[in-house]
Amino acid sequence: MKFSGKVWKFGDNIDTDVIIPARYLNSSDPNILASHVMEDIDEQFSKKVKAGDIIVAGENFGCGSSREHAPIAIKAAGIKCVIAKSFARIFFRNSFNMGLLIIESDAAEEINQSDIITVDTQKGEIHDKTIGKSWKIGKLPDFIQELVEAGGLMNYAKKLEGENV
Amino acid sequence: MGMSITQKIISEHIGDEVKAGDLVMAPIDLAFGNDVTAPIAIHKLAEFGISPKDTSKIALIPDHFAPNKDIASAVQCQTVRMFANKYNIEKYWDVGETGIEHALLPEQGIITPGQIIIGADSHTCTHGALGAFASGVGSTDLAFAIATGKAWFKVPETIRFIYTGKLPKYSGGKDIILYTIGKIGVSGALYKTMEFTGDTIRALGMDDRLTICNMAVEAGAKNGIIEPDEVTENYLKGRTDKKYKIYKSDDDSASETIRIDATRIEPQVAFPHLPENSRAVSQIHKTIKIDQAFIGSCTNGRMSDLRIAADILKGRHIAKGVRLIIIPATKQIYREALKEGLFDIFLDAGAVVSTPTCGPCLGGYMGILAPGETAISTSNRNFVGRMGSPKSFVYLANPAVTAASAVAGFIIDPKKL
Repeated sequence: MKFSGKVWKFGDNIDTDVIIPARYLNSSDPNILASHVMEDIDEQFSKKVKAGDIIVAGENFGCGSSREHAPIAIKAAGIKCVIAKSFARIFFRNSFNMGLLIIESDAAEEINQSDIITVDTQKGEIHDKTIGKSWKIGKLPDFIQELVEAGGLMNYAKKLEGENV
Repeated sequence: MGMSITQKIISEHIGDEVKAGDLVMAPIDLAFGNDVTAPIAIHKLAEFGISPKDTSKIALIPDHFAPNKDIASAVQCQTVRMFANKYNIEKYWDVGETGIEHALLPEQGIITPGQIIIGADSHTCTHGALGAFASGVGSTDLAFAIATGKAWFKVPETIRFIYTGKLPKYSGGKDIILYTIGKIGVSGALYKTMEFTGDTIRALGMDDRLTICNMAVEAGAKNGIIEPDEVTENYLKGRTDKKYKIYKSDDDSASETIRIDATRIEPQVAFPHLPENSRAVSQIHKTIKIDQAFIGSCTNGRMSDLRIAADILKGRHIAKGVRLIIIPATKQIYREALKEGLFDIFLDAGAVVSTPTCGPCLGGYMGILAPGETAISTSNRNFVGRMGSPKSFVYLANPAVTAASAVAGFIIDPKKL
């Protein structure tokens, strides 16, 4: 997978209450959730963001609640991928389980707001065209790779059911 | 390197020895969800045409927006109810029986030592207080567990926290965990186990232990855990007949050991907007006026919390202009508090007492904050907008500090009331 997009930069400890405030958790409709994404940190974010954009953030992105509404809202808003120094563990699981690409990388420190970056997962590289710098990204663990190949966790469940495990 | 209690539980479940960093698919003893997270799982199961594998290992607890706060949440509760009825799920509690999931499940004797538990709620780590491996997951994980009876885990390494000495007056489990998060930060235990031990922990009752493990996630931890002891066994007596196995950690099983002198853990207050911003209430030298005080939640809505609040509120009245909202976490706690006369104390003090729900903790309903308002709360998060307006402020504290502050009208050390 290779794609380029404009960066929206956030700080450390971006929690699930600002990604999608609990007052909208009475819905799980991706479009409704997307219309409120990041609202409590930037009220206009959902209007400004465009399909293919990329979120870059600091440490512990997605901390707080287990709400899957958070990666759903980000994905439905058109965000192609989230790059952060580190992710909160439930957000990490949720994103992977439902197919939102997330990348843990120190590149997050140097990439700036509005930079244009290219992510190449085959090559294992992030390239920032604006500042002209590249970073290597690590490979996913085999087990997670296997689930990705099955097409996500629920497809994997379907496969297990077929094998009657 | 030896094995931690968490690693031993996982090893026993998969029938193979594990070490930190291993990725495993493990059979689980219980998977649960609430009215916010379960509907997504239920829709996924329907979409993929998969039925539950073993309904005895599923629990569904409507608590976040139940009793229904609006039409949309009514539909979510209805989705859970219809699923529970369709598959005849026994561990389902509707309004009138329900309570906050992390208070209800231990109370009902469903959690026992040595289990693997996943819950589609981040505070699932609460149940580690009984010596189980309990970890919060998302809705898709819940759907997968309902479908297969399994969940995937990366085996965590352990940070062992050893507390020694007697806690100061008015300090409890909440202060231990706020102090600890203040020390290591909100990502200080990311992906890891927080194991709590030492004579201070041994001297605590189950309510305080549940409070400590409840907030392990606020330090980023995968789970919090306390080795079972006499307190655990006494708690389980009369709640369950299930046989359980007690695991203990090997001495050399922690990747890091942190020793804390509990005699120095004064009542804590975590300032907006992160739980790590904790400091001793005695060290607050400015006047922080409050508009609302909330005593409840999966962190501090249990019987001993209500008793502590009642001790402070007895014969006193809350300050003019302050709203004090008290929410017993389960029906059983509600009834016990009523029988003990705590409701009279609360009502005489000017508080309002609500039916069990998560309600205001997550800014759901029953006490939303307006822009510019400040609350002190016994709950677990003080993120921007957590209890309402993104322009409001939440301070976290124990029930004694919260009740005392409601009386004073500003954040105060209960000793100074």
